[in-house]
Amino acid sequence: MNSLPEIWTFLAREPLLWLTATLVAYAIGDALFGWSGKRPYVNPVLIAVVLLAGLLWATGVTYATYFEGAQFVHFMLGPATVALAAPLYANLGKIKSSAIPMIGALVAGSVTAIISALGIAWALGVRGEVLLSLAPKSVTAPVALGVSEAIGGSPTLTAVLVILTGIMGAVMATPLLNLLRIKNWQARGFAVGVASHGIGTARAFQVNETAGAFAGIGMGLNAVLTAIIAPIIVRFFL
Amino acid sequence: MIVHLAVLLGFQLIGETLSRGLGLIVPGPVIGMVLLLGFFIAFPRVAAMVQPTALGLLSHLSLLFVPAGVGIVGHLDRLGEDGVAILLALAGSTALAIAVGALVFVGLARLVGTPNE
Repeated sequence: MNSLPEIWTFLAREPLLWLTATLVAYAIGDALFGWSGKRPYVNPVLIAVVLLAGLLWATGVTYATYFEGAQFVHFMLGPATVALAAPLYANLGKIKSSAIPMIGALVAGSVTAIISALGIAWALGVRGEVLLSLAPKSVTAPVALGVSEAIGGSPTLTAVLVILTGIMGAVMATPLLNLLRIKNWQARGFAVGVASHGIGTARAFQVNETAGAFAGIGMGLNAVLTAIIAPIIVRFFL
Repeated sequence: MIVHLAVLLGFQLIGETLSRGLGLIVPGPVIGMVLLLGFFIAFPRVAAMVQPTALGLLSHLSLLFVPAGVGIVGHLDRLGEDGVAILLALAGSTALAIAVGALVFVGLARLVGTPNE
């Protein structure tokens, strides 16, 4: 029979343990979210991330080892993005009749996200590569990394900023939009998708399917728009 | 279920191929999404079939961001001495972008008379 440390050494290297840990951590986060009465600041992603980061830190396991197992979950982001076609198709009628509000909100939200992020950071004394890395933080990670590299930012730092933006958007969207008394699910979802990409979209799906569908469109359209306008806007901050 | 998943992966594969092949900045899965939407419009029966699997996957969308989220924890020190300024910029700009986007949407919807729900 193997001793406990031997079993641990085996398990810590295997994908099984970290895949299981990822699902369990998320299940805990989701259960807490449910018990809290679905309060937006009890965010399942944030809870799972904190639990897993704490576990890795406590056991001294590297992120690379963790990712061997977690990659199976991470991989599903691709097909899930493709799957957004389903709610888009179900909401096609609403989307067609909302083309003008969507275009306006896309441009306004996208430009506001870039200029205000750069403006606030600039006013607080942030300069150079770090400042540039902020510009594409509202769009989905693969696009944001490409844009960051193209404008002279740091793609690694941008990856961090993208995830933080997503979590912040997911946490603040509901209280903020309630405060503004916006009841239109299309408007709510779309604005969240534009400002906080997939994590915001995931949050929108928790609240309302129409909001989720419109968040998905907002995310997709802003990925394209930011890739075009971010390089132009950053010139004014150099 | 398996066939539905194969449809999603197939469209991702086509999207990835087009994205890399043509050197586009739009990621493969986003292209795959647009193509699948076109496919659904052309073949509504397929849409009805794939719909449950797709919505099932999307109902767990949050979970899929967890591995990437754990990855950023090790990079938090990259925020460095600008950490507070950056967090303020992220929080401020995210709130502003959500508020401005939603208000413009609602304003324009009223202006052009889009049915509200």
